[in-house]
Amino acid sequence: MSDTSELASYAEQFGQEATNGEDDRLERLLVILSKGSMEDAYAALIMANGAVMEGIETHMFFTFFGLDAITKDKQDTLHMPTVGNPALMRNVPTMVAGLPGVEALATKMMRGKMEEHDIPPVSEFLEMIVAGGGTLHGCDLAVEMFGLGPEDLVDEVEDIITVGEMLELAGGERSQVIFV
Amino acid sequence: MPQVGIAGETIDVNEEGYLTNSEEWTPDVAREIAKVEGIELTDKHWDVLEYLREQHAEGAKLTIRRVGKSDVVDSVKEFYDLFPDGPLKKASKIAGIPKPASCV
Repeated sequence: MSDTSELASYAEQFGQEATNGEDDRLERLLVILSKGSMEDAYAALIMANGAVMEGIETHMFFTFFGLDAITKDKQDTLHMPTVGNPALMRNVPTMVAGLPGVEALATKMMRGKMEEHDIPPVSEFLEMIVAGGGTLHGCDLAVEMFGLGPEDLVDEVEDIITVGEMLELAGGERSQVIFV
Repeated sequence: MPQVGIAGETIDVNEEGYLTNSEEWTPDVAREIAKVEGIELTDKHWDVLEYLREQHAEGAKLTIRRVGKSDVVDSVKEFYDLFPDGPLKKASKIAGIPKPASCV
């Protein structure tokens, strides 16, 4: 058996490091989702969930069509836009992209791809974010404009707030905002 | 690569404190790392650690969702409750497997 008496213990090596010396680490993240397409919603959800997984205080604010992601009867039927999205189907003429059924097919294919990579449906993704301590907020003005009420939004939504209240969620030196 | 002494054994770790050889893992190693992470290991924790080690040995790509859907915890919430502030990373570290490279 080798002599380990001269080796530092795990606590000596990593104990202090974990709590001190890393004070410039991101502490708080606010992710704003303003769009209702599948690609935009997932970009926001993946970044928010990623932050939750890192133990970062995470808040999400849903405004304008971003509200679809927290609206009960819409959140799991977001579409993958084919028209005006040249990156999606590079070699397909724009007119074809607009034919009936093309967008539905693209959406279905994208869902399949996501499931393969363990990316959950929107509703489950939000549950995961909240389970990890993240909070979800609806935009007061947009909720009113679309004629929605709290009963139309999923239960995980904490409250419906104003822009001023949203900005308070991003207070502090080590905070960042991501806008999608 | 740094080395640390745990229960009289020399353990190879990387700069972040993850074991570089999961074969060197022992329950004592888990207890020592958990202590530094501020986690007291219960039977439930050991179940999760065992699951993660099995999955790693099988070459599975671990995600929070995968653990949440396994039988080893009831939900993603329970996983977060067991290993607060970054369950997948912390549990992997304590289980002596590499830092998970997953975004979900």
